[in-house]
Amino acid sequence: MVSSNSQRIRNILVIGSVGAFLLILPQFLGRYFIHLIIMIFFFGYLGMAWNILGGYAGQFSFGHAAFFGIGAFTSTLLQIHVGVNPWIGMFLAGIAGLLLGLFIGSLSFRYGLRGPYFALAMLALAEMLRLLAVEWMAVKYPLGITIPLKGDSFWSFQFTSKVPYYYISLLMMAMVLYLTREIEGRRMGSYFKAIRENENAAEVLGIDVFKYKLLAMAISSFLTAVGGTFYAQYYLTIEEESAFGVGVSIEVLLGPIIGGAGTVLGPVLGAGILEILSEVTRNILGAYSGVHLMVYGAILIFVIIFLPSGILGGLQMAFRKLSKGR
Amino acid sequence: MSLPGLPLLLQSIVSGILMGGVYSLIAIGLTLIFGVMRIINFAHGSFMMLGMFTTYWLFALLGMDPYLSLLLSIPCLFVVGIIVERFLIAQILDAPEHNQLLLTLGISLFIENFALFLWSPNFRTLDVQYVKKAAMVGTVMISLPKLIAFLFAIILTALLYYVLKSTDLGKAIRATSEEKEGALTVGINMRRIYYIAFGIGAACVGAAGTLIAPFFYVNPHVGGIFVITAFVVVVLGGMGNFIGALAGGLIVGLAESVGAAFVPGQLKQFIIYFIFILVLLFKPQGLFGRRGE
Repeated sequence: MVSSNSQRIRNILVIGSVGAFLLILPQFLGRYFIHLIIMIFFFGYLGMAWNILGGYAGQFSFGHAAFFGIGAFTSTLLQIHVGVNPWIGMFLAGIAGLLLGLFIGSLSFRYGLRGPYFALAMLALAEMLRLLAVEWMAVKYPLGITIPLKGDSFWSFQFTSKVPYYYISLLMMAMVLYLTREIEGRRMGSYFKAIRENENAAEVLGIDVFKYKLLAMAISSFLTAVGGTFYAQYYLTIEEESAFGVGVSIEVLLGPIIGGAGTVLGPVLGAGILEILSEVTRNILGAYSGVHLMVYGAILIFVIIFLPSGILGGLQMAFRKLSKGR
Repeated sequence: MSLPGLPLLLQSIVSGILMGGVYSLIAIGLTLIFGVMRIINFAHGSFMMLGMFTTYWLFALLGMDPYLSLLLSIPCLFVVGIIVERFLIAQILDAPEHNQLLLTLGISLFIENFALFLWSPNFRTLDVQYVKKAAMVGTVMISLPKLIAFLFAIILTALLYYVLKSTDLGKAIRATSEEKEGALTVGINMRRIYYIAFGIGAACVGAAGTLIAPFFYVNPHVGGIFVITAFVVVVLGGMGNFIGALAGGLIVGLAESVGAAFVPGQLKQFIIYFIFILVLLFKPQGLFGRRGE
């Protein structure tokens, strides 16, 4: 621990310079690249939210679109019908996601749904909500829900330029990054990991498995639903497929899986790789929307076979082996 | 919500059973793979889509009768299944369950979107004249292609049941499914059984794809509609339970079509997911109660 002081200074320097770089970056980029980076921040944020439940606590959800969609719909409908400010709506969206998370979480964890069965139950939940949205919207909003334009205003969470969205998504990502680090450093993080590695053993050690799984679910669902509001305010329109679709659930979990589930930075790295690749494939293969998912599939296959704990997870293991070998 | 009259109810029961037979065939492939390898095959819907496109192209390019194309779609999908198993699934048999699920998810993403790239997202239909007929029995209309699909599904299921019960290969597959260590000690080549079982599973769902093609649209994402239904059927019947999948298919077919008579539009799917979650929560070993894990 001799080096801890100099290490801390080095950390501050690294974080400070990366932060400063990201703060001035939009000054040098056009709309297209700013949009690309917003998507990386945003899917990094969603991936980290998924990661708390899936990566740390080991409860793989295939249905995070349920929380995402609830968030997007809650703030949007409150805004349109009750005139609730979208920033307050964002918080209420989080609460709605949290309640849904507690509901499905307490059911699944109480009745011992594990591994793939939990994953599939979450998938079914998201699909149920999607079908409800389809039926309801066919009657009330056949063309999708559009948030009325209110011009350029921070208060109404609408901007004509992409730059404010850039800073909001950067802030959201930074906050969850900090939160994840805090969780990892605390007892909670160790409990999550113990549950992930061996639930029965964790129970025997006296960890309240049910409580901590539910806690991970609560944090994850709250954050994901808040992300849903950001998405709605960014595009100013929502429809059932982009809110509750299986595609959303898949995109949310791919980042952490590829970057490294259960690592702090893995989801952001994964999101970066995926978003850039999807832009590249769109430009090369172009033709039909969704073709980039072919590349996602190929990467997923590659990662699961050759890097089963993701890129950062694989690096960590290699590093540990090296330092042991010395 | 209004109560449907008796004729409508009869009609939905008949349609439900006909569709249920096809669900059974899809689910039997899934449950066979799960029983033998303990793998939940997310790519099952993609295999079905490949079966549908095999039939579609043979019909569109060569004018081949859709039911004759069974003779090609079954071996084609058998081979696809074996290739996927040997090169991909076999690599991760010892990996955590969720990684296995993710691998099959990756395979389905790849296959479906590769099909999208090759064949566009257009909705295609097979324009076969003679199958557009329907027979009236009393007040009940029986659509010919659904009846043919049901009969073929039952025949194929019976055939597979016979193979599993009475041939050496079938016995080896069942032994692997029921008692892995025992199967190993009597000298069963596990790796071979795995890829054969996976191939058979893919062939079943490929056949189902062919049978559905004459009365459904064909498109790269069509498998997704059926794959979740197949999960429901398999969980309902008990994971790995052959007879359970057969019965589960009929139950889900009935629930879906009778449900459609009571609730509007896509909400019938809603009912199926709801049943799925309930069964997962309260009766994870399936309705027919063979001991679970």
